[in-house]
Amino acid sequence: MPRSEGLTVKNLRVTTAGKEILSGVDLSVPAGEVHALMGPNGSGKSTLAHTLMGHPAYTITSGSIHFAGQDITHLRADQRARLGIFLSFQYPVAVPGVTVVNFLRAAMRSQGKELPAREFMKALTAEMEKLKIDPAFRSRYLNDGFSGGEKKRCEILQMAMLKPRLAILDETDSGLDVDALRIVADGVSQLRNPDMGVLVITHYYRILEQLQPDYVHILHAGKIVASGEAELARTIEKSGYEPILGPEAASPEALPV
Amino acid sequence: MSIEAASLSKDYEYGFHDIDVSVFKTEKGLTEEVVRAISAHKNEPLWMLEYRLKALQHFRDRPMPTWGADLSGIDFDNIYYYIKPVDEQKRSWDDVPDSIKQTFDRLGIPQAERKFLAGVSAQYDSEVVYHSIREDLAKQGVFFSDCDSGLREHEELFRSYFGTIIPSNDNKFAALNSAVWSGGSFVYVPKGVRVEIPLQAYFRINSDNMGQFERTLIIAEEGSYVHYIEGCTAPNYSSDSLHSAVVEIVAHPGAHVRYTTIQNWSNNVYNLVTKRAMVYAHARMEWIDGNLGSKVTMKYPSIYLMGEGAHGEVLSAAFAGTGQHQDAGAKAIHVAPHTTSNIVSRSISKGSGRTSYRGHIKVHPKAFDVHINVRCDALLLDTESRSDTYPYMDVENPDVTIGHEASVSKVGEEQLFYMTSRGLSEEEATALIVNGFFEPFVKELPMEYAVELNRLLTASMEGSVG
Ligand SMILES: Nc1ncnc2c1ncn2[C@@H]1O[C@H](COP(=O)(O)OP(=O)(O)OP(=O)(O)O)[C@@H](O)[C@H]1O
Ligand SMILES: [Mg+2]
Repeated sequence: MPRSEGLTVKNLRVTTAGKEILSGVDLSVPAGEVHALMGPNGSGKSTLAHTLMGHPAYTITSGSIHFAGQDITHLRADQRARLGIFLSFQYPVAVPGVTVVNFLRAAMRSQGKELPAREFMKALTAEMEKLKIDPAFRSRYLNDGFSGGEKKRCEILQMAMLKPRLAILDETDSGLDVDALRIVADGVSQLRNPDMGVLVITHYYRILEQLQPDYVHILHAGKIVASGEAELARTIEKSGYEPILGPEAASPEALPV
Repeated sequence: MSIEAASLSKDYEYGFHDIDVSVFKTEKGLTEEVVRAISAHKNEPLWMLEYRLKALQHFRDRPMPTWGADLSGIDFDNIYYYIKPVDEQKRSWDDVPDSIKQTFDRLGIPQAERKFLAGVSAQYDSEVVYHSIREDLAKQGVFFSDCDSGLREHEELFRSYFGTIIPSNDNKFAALNSAVWSGGSFVYVPKGVRVEIPLQAYFRINSDNMGQFERTLIIAEEGSYVHYIEGCTAPNYSSDSLHSAVVEIVAHPGAHVRYTTIQNWSNNVYNLVTKRAMVYAHARMEWIDGNLGSKVTMKYPSIYLMGEGAHGEVLSAAFAGTGQHQDAGAKAIHVAPHTTSNIVSRSISKGSGRTSYRGHIKVHPKAFDVHINVRCDALLLDTESRSDTYPYMDVENPDVTIGHEASVSKVGEEQLFYMTSRGLSEEEATALIVNGFFEPFVKELPMEYAVELNRLLTASMEGSVG
């Protein structure tokens, strides 16, 4: 599989609310690989995730994003979704009035992945079972009144139904209990295939242990400052960011930007 | 069928108009001569002429209401109060003049009738041009005609109810209607008769500067059931038209009346309507009221719970796009003990559109064991759009349970981003939210209406979001 089939980010600079958050990010996630992105709070991980998905509040001031051999730097979120990019949100928003089942049907239709009603319900029921989501959630309003863990599972449910070519998981493991974490990790593992790239944003080694990433990248103050194999994540788990970033890392504000 | 439901002026599907085919019309403006001419043209009994003239006086005596929407654009002198489109009412579509028939064809009326209705009435400007009722219902003694025929054919019955629920001096626009009323529906359902499929009335304004003043009277005898549906559309003209109806309903003990409105006037129509139902012991009244068109709507369907065990519902949905003000709501007047009412209002504003919920709850001193539930939710689609709530309560008995909940929410950038990140366009995402928000209303509509309403709401979201 040539690298152009995956995600390639070049020298990406991003501002929001007049402030530069990403200051030249380079990153490649080839199809079939799992990459982890770690970094202290506020280092810009979610900003990168939102920018990759096309959030209008984040302005790209230079650099480019290519996906599946196409320049997607200026595409809208819905266009990117239709190319197969999926973001599991760190904080999924509630959409009162729109049920999970109606939303999923509309999303699949919009991506040309519509199934006949019966098959759709069958697939949905099966995925919900795997993720141990109560069938009643089908007709609940999207993320409305969901607990933190329920929201995360609902994100993975959507991913399972939409079968993306690039999945960006922004702290999907945070706020999950041990069993839920295993269920979610299993869900991701089962979806893995040679055509799909995964970018896992996390603070914890535990999910990486289960997902076995090919590479780990460390984002700091808007730049990737280190990349390595899974071992890097274990070091951070044990000793924090200091050995990699230096003593100032514990308080990023103190860094000269 | 392509019925009358939501859309905005830009893509308002029913904005076309026919050439003027009228056979008689009064001069522009409202004078005693105009009122006399209408009455004479209809060959009415003297009592009705006198009733009209007295109402005209009430209309003149009352100031314009200033507590609600802005009505300053209405020019009473620049309106035709009566335009008669055809010589006589038809019972077969083949006899309706081609141009009028084409209009209703485009609106899907004859098809609708074939599919799922027990009776159909079609009013064009001031008169009902077509009318039908299923024979089996007629045989059971159900009357369904225009109000003028009701007066002609059942004068005594008609007179004993007409104007008793909404007197001609009730408010300025009820007075106006009482002075110049024409057309509308007269429905009588005898004791114990259940009309299982709906009766539909269709109101169309065709002429420029037209005032349409239909009058509706529904009498449901003991233990009967009827569902009446009305829909309305008009062409887009640069000058404004006025629609001011009066609807009186009597639900006798144990009767059940449902009255569904899908109002989709073009955005140059002032829609000022008085609707009231008297609900007797153990009877049930339901107003299902959808307001999607018009420039300004002021309408507060009322229920007077007159007998023990009576129940009333007002379920309303309003959509206000740019330039529109939907000032809608409900009134529940609890006169008797053990009565219940449920008011649910959902409104959406888009662009500079404005919605208001205006509610009035009243509980009389003798009405104990009363349960009232009010819930109004507003959704704003833009930063410009606006929604207000004006609930009035006047409770004179301590033995009352009232639930009142209100909310205003906005479609946020984060919601839209979340939804578009799954592949939906911004318009599809908004339409999904809007349809979801109106779901409690839409699920009360007959299937054909529900499907069409969702389609038109979706269409009205296209193009101009964000
Ligand atoms: N919409 C925004 N408006 C203003 N500031 C923002 C916005 N989005 C992000 N930021 C700022 O950009 C910086 C990076 O935020 P981001 O959410 O990307 O961090 P993160 O690495 O995901 O952190 P965490 O580990 O806590 O999730 C923070 O200082 C944040 O306050
Ligand atoms: Mg984050």
